[in-house]
Amino acid sequence: MLRKLAISTAAALALLTGAAQAAGEGGHVTNYAFSFDGPFGTFDQDQLQRGLQVYTQICSGCHGLQYVPLRSLAAEGGIGWSEDEVRAYIEQNFIEVYDEDLQDWRPAVPNDNFPANDSVGAPDLSLMAKARLGFHGPWGTGLNALVNGIGGPEYIASLLTHYTGEEVEQYGTYLYENETFEGGLISMAPPLWDDAVEYADGTPATVDQMAQDVAAFLMWAAEPHMMARKQMGFVAIIILGIFSVLLYLTNKRLWAPVKARAKGTQPAE
Amino acid sequence: MSHAEDPSGDRRDFLYYATAGTGVVVAGAAAWPLVNSMNPSADTRAASTLRVDVSGVAEGTQLTVLFLGKPIFIRRSTPDEIEAAQAVELSELPDADARNENIGTAEATVANRFVSPTGGEEIDPSAGGWLIMQGVCTHLGCVPLGNGAGDFGGWFCPCHGSHYDTAGRIRRGPAPQNLPIPTVEFIDESTILLG
Amino acid sequence: MSGIPHDHYEPKSRGEKWLHRRLPIVSLLYDTLMIPTPKNLNWMWIWGIVLVFCLVMQIITGVLLVMHYTPHVDMAFASIEHIMRDVNAGWAIRYIHMNGASLFFIAVYLHIFRGLYYGSYKAPREVTWIIGMLIYVLMMGTAFLGYVLPWGQMSFWGATVITGLFGAIPFIGESIQTWLLGGPAVDNATLNRFLSLHYLLPFLILGLVIVHVWAFHTTGNNNPTGVEVRRTSKKEAEADTLPFWPYFVIKDLFALAVVLVLFFAVTGFMPNLLGHPDNYIEANPLVTPAHIVPEWYFLPFYAILRAFDQEVWVVIIADTLTGGIVDAKFFGVIAMFGAILVMALAPWLDTSSVRSGRFRPMFKWWFWLLVVDFMVLMWVGARPAEGIYPYIALIGSTYWFAYFLVILPLLGVIEKPLPQPATIEEDFNDHYGGDHGTPGSGTAASAPSPAE
Repeated sequence: MLRKLAISTAAALALLTGAAQAAGEGGHVTNYAFSFDGPFGTFDQDQLQRGLQVYTQICSGCHGLQYVPLRSLAAEGGIGWSEDEVRAYIEQNFIEVYDEDLQDWRPAVPNDNFPANDSVGAPDLSLMAKARLGFHGPWGTGLNALVNGIGGPEYIASLLTHYTGEEVEQYGTYLYENETFEGGLISMAPPLWDDAVEYADGTPATVDQMAQDVAAFLMWAAEPHMMARKQMGFVAIIILGIFSVLLYLTNKRLWAPVKARAKGTQPAE
Repeated sequence: MSHAEDPSGDRRDFLYYATAGTGVVVAGAAAWPLVNSMNPSADTRAASTLRVDVSGVAEGTQLTVLFLGKPIFIRRSTPDEIEAAQAVELSELPDADARNENIGTAEATVANRFVSPTGGEEIDPSAGGWLIMQGVCTHLGCVPLGNGAGDFGGWFCPCHGSHYDTAGRIRRGPAPQNLPIPTVEFIDESTILLG
Repeated sequence: MSGIPHDHYEPKSRGEKWLHRRLPIVSLLYDTLMIPTPKNLNWMWIWGIVLVFCLVMQIITGVLLVMHYTPHVDMAFASIEHIMRDVNAGWAIRYIHMNGASLFFIAVYLHIFRGLYYGSYKAPREVTWIIGMLIYVLMMGTAFLGYVLPWGQMSFWGATVITGLFGAIPFIGESIQTWLLGGPAVDNATLNRFLSLHYLLPFLILGLVIVHVWAFHTTGNNNPTGVEVRRTSKKEAEADTLPFWPYFVIKDLFALAVVLVLFFAVTGFMPNLLGHPDNYIEANPLVTPAHIVPEWYFLPFYAILRAFDQEVWVVIIADTLTGGIVDAKFFGVIAMFGAILVMALAPWLDTSSVRSGRFRPMFKWWFWLLVVDFMVLMWVGARPAEGIYPYIALIGSTYWFAYFLVILPLLGVIEKPLPQPATIEEDFNDHYGGDHGTPGSGTAASAPSPAE
C-alpha cells in the first residue's frame, strides 16, 4: 500500500502542478543559464548591477518597481552596494517619490521604495519574475524548476529578445509581434538595441546581454532573499537529515527486542 | 526492555542522548527565526533618522513631531523662560542630570539643556533658545501638557501630576527624571536632524 | 479512558496525590501518552502525527504572519511584500505557511485513503470518522479563506468564484452570497471577515482534533489487519499492543523528520512550485485571469462541481422534476458537497463485515480504482472545461459516487473475504517470525512491513 501510494502521490503531484501552471503561459521561452538557477545557484553581483543600470536607464521610463525598497540595494545577498552608493544612486538618477504628508514629490531617501510608474499603464516589475512561468516540464510537473528555476527571468529575457520586427496597427495603436508574449502581439515597442547602455565594467551591451542582465535583476527584485532561502533549505535538510538518521537508529534499537521476541529467538522476559 | 539484544548499554544511552540532543538543536534552530520575526523589521530599523523643518516655529511656541513612535517637543523658548530656568539652583532639582543624549552625563544646567540659535556653546537668554526633548513623562509614559502648564511654567503631566519647569526638568510629582533630550543636531539654520 | 486493559497512572508522592485529587491532569496525559497501540501498525499510520505537526506549524507561523499583515484591500498585497522583504525571516515564515498548507493536505489525503483502505471508518469508529470529515471540511474552509488574504489575482477571483457557489442555492442564494461577502462583490469587508475566520477556524480544528483523538483512544486504534485488540485480559492486550510512548512516538517522529526533509527541499529550492504565478499580481476587479484554477487540493471536488452541466441527463431530470429550481449550477454545488457527504457516510454504506482491505480481494481493485479516479479528477479539475475534459470529469465523478453508493454496499454481499489472523499478535509474529512464507502467514505476505 505504501509504495503504491507513494507512486500515485508522485503521479498526482505531476498532474496537478502541470495543471496549476497552465496559466502565466506564453509562447517561446529560451532556457537561459542564469547563475542563480538550481539549488546551488547564486546571484552574480556584477550582473545584478548591470541589470539595475538597464532598468534605471531604460525600463524605469515606463515601469515602476514600487515594492522594492531602495535600501535593499545595500542588503546582503544582492546588489551589494554600500549605503553611500545607494544615496549616490538616488541623487544621480533624481529619484523622487510622492509623499502623502507633503502632498508633493520629494527626493527619495534610502528607506523609500522605488517609485511606482503608471504613466503609460505599464505593469509594475517588482514581482514580474515570479508572476510569469517559463517552465512546466517534465510532463507538466514543473519539477525541472529545481534545476532551471521557475522560468520567470527566462520569460522576461526571452520576451525582450524575441521581437520579430513586425508591427501591426489595431484600433489606432501599434502592436509589436513577439514570439514569447501570449497572443503574439505586445504593446511595448522593442525597448533594447545594441549599446543602449554603456556598462561600466566594459561588458559589451548586446541586446541579449542586456536582456539577461535585467531579467536577473528583476529576479533579485522579486526574491531578494533567494540566497538566504536556499541556505535555509540546505541547513534544514542537513540537520533534519541527521536527526532522521538518529531517529531511525533509535527506533530500530527500541523495537529490536520486540521483534526478536516475535521471532521466537528471544524468550519473553 | 530487553538488554540482551544490545550488550553495550553505553552505546544505547549515547544514541538516545544524541537523538534527544539533536532534537533540541532542531527545535532551537526553528524557534529563533520565529522569535526574531517579532523584532523591528528592516524598514523600521532604517527609519531611525528624521529631518524636521523648524523655520515656522516662532518664539514661545512649540512644534510636536512623531519620531520613532514617540512625540518630540521642539520649543523655541522665550528669554523669560530661559532666565526663569537659570534662576533655579541645581540643588533644588530632584534630578540634577541633564539627561541629554548629545553630551552624556552632565549637570542639568540651562547650557546643557538648551540649544543656542546662534550655534554657540553658551546660552544667551536674550537671544532665546531651542529646547528639543522627548515628550514622554519619565514616570509612566504619558505625554505632558505644554505651553506653560503646571506650577513651574513648563509642562504638566495630567496622568499623575508631575510638574516640569521651563527647561523640561522635573520639579514636583512622581516622575523620577527630567524629560530626555534625544540625539539631535542642526544641519542648517532651519532644519534639525533627529537620530 | 481506553477500554483496553493497561496500567494507569498511580500518584506516588504526596504532591502528586495532592494534585491528583484536585486535577487529574497528569493521569490524563499519562493515559494519553501510554495508550496501548496495536504493535502491527504500518507506515501509513504516521500521518496523524504529521497532521498534528502541520496544524501546530500553521498556527504558529500564522500567528506571526498576522502580526505584520494588514487586512485592507489597498494594503494587503503590499503588507505581504513587507513580510517577504523586510520582516526578519518573514519570507521563510510565509513560504513555510504557504507550502505548509500543501503538506497539510497531502497528509490528510493519505490519512483519509488509509482509513478507506483499512476500514478504519467501520464500527465502532464511526464517530472518529465523522469528526475527521468535519476537520477535513474545516481545513478546506480555512485554506480557502487563507488563500484570499494575499490579495493577489487568484485570491480575488478564487473568492469571487467560490462564494458564487452559494449564489447557486435557489431563492436565498443571492442573499447568502451578499451576507458572506458583506457587499455586492468581494471587497474590503470580505477581506476583513476572511482574516477573522481564517484565524478562528484553526482553533476549532484544534478542538476537533482533541475530540478525534479522544474518540479513537476510546475505541482503540484500527490496524492493518482490522482485527481488534483482545480486551479479555491485560496479558492478552499486552501481547497485541505496545505503549504509544516510546515505541510509536519515536517511529512517528522519524517519519515526520523524513517528511520534513522533503518539505524543506521544496520550500527552500522551489517554494512557488505549488503556487500560482497570477497571485504575484495584485487583485484587480477589472481584469480576470485567463484561467481561474483553485489550489491543487480543491481540484478533485472542483472537477465534480463542473462535471454536471445542463447536458447531463441526471441534471435534465432534476431540472424538470423540480421545475427549474435545481438547475445545472445548483446541481453542481450539490454534487460537490455530496461527494464529501457520501465519503462521510462510508461507515453505513460499507456492508462488509471484514474491516481491512487486505482480506478483501475484490474491494482492493475498486479501492485502487478510486485512488486513480481521485487523481484523474484532480488533473481534469485543472483543465479548461472544454473538449474531452468535461466527459472525463463526468466519468470520474460518476465513479466517485458509484464507489460509495453502489460498490461498497454490494461488495459486502457478493465478496468472499480471505481468512484473517485471529489476533494482532499472530499477525505481528507472522511478519517477524521465523516461519516466513509458510501457508499460515500467507495472509500477511502481501502486506507492507508493519512498524519498521
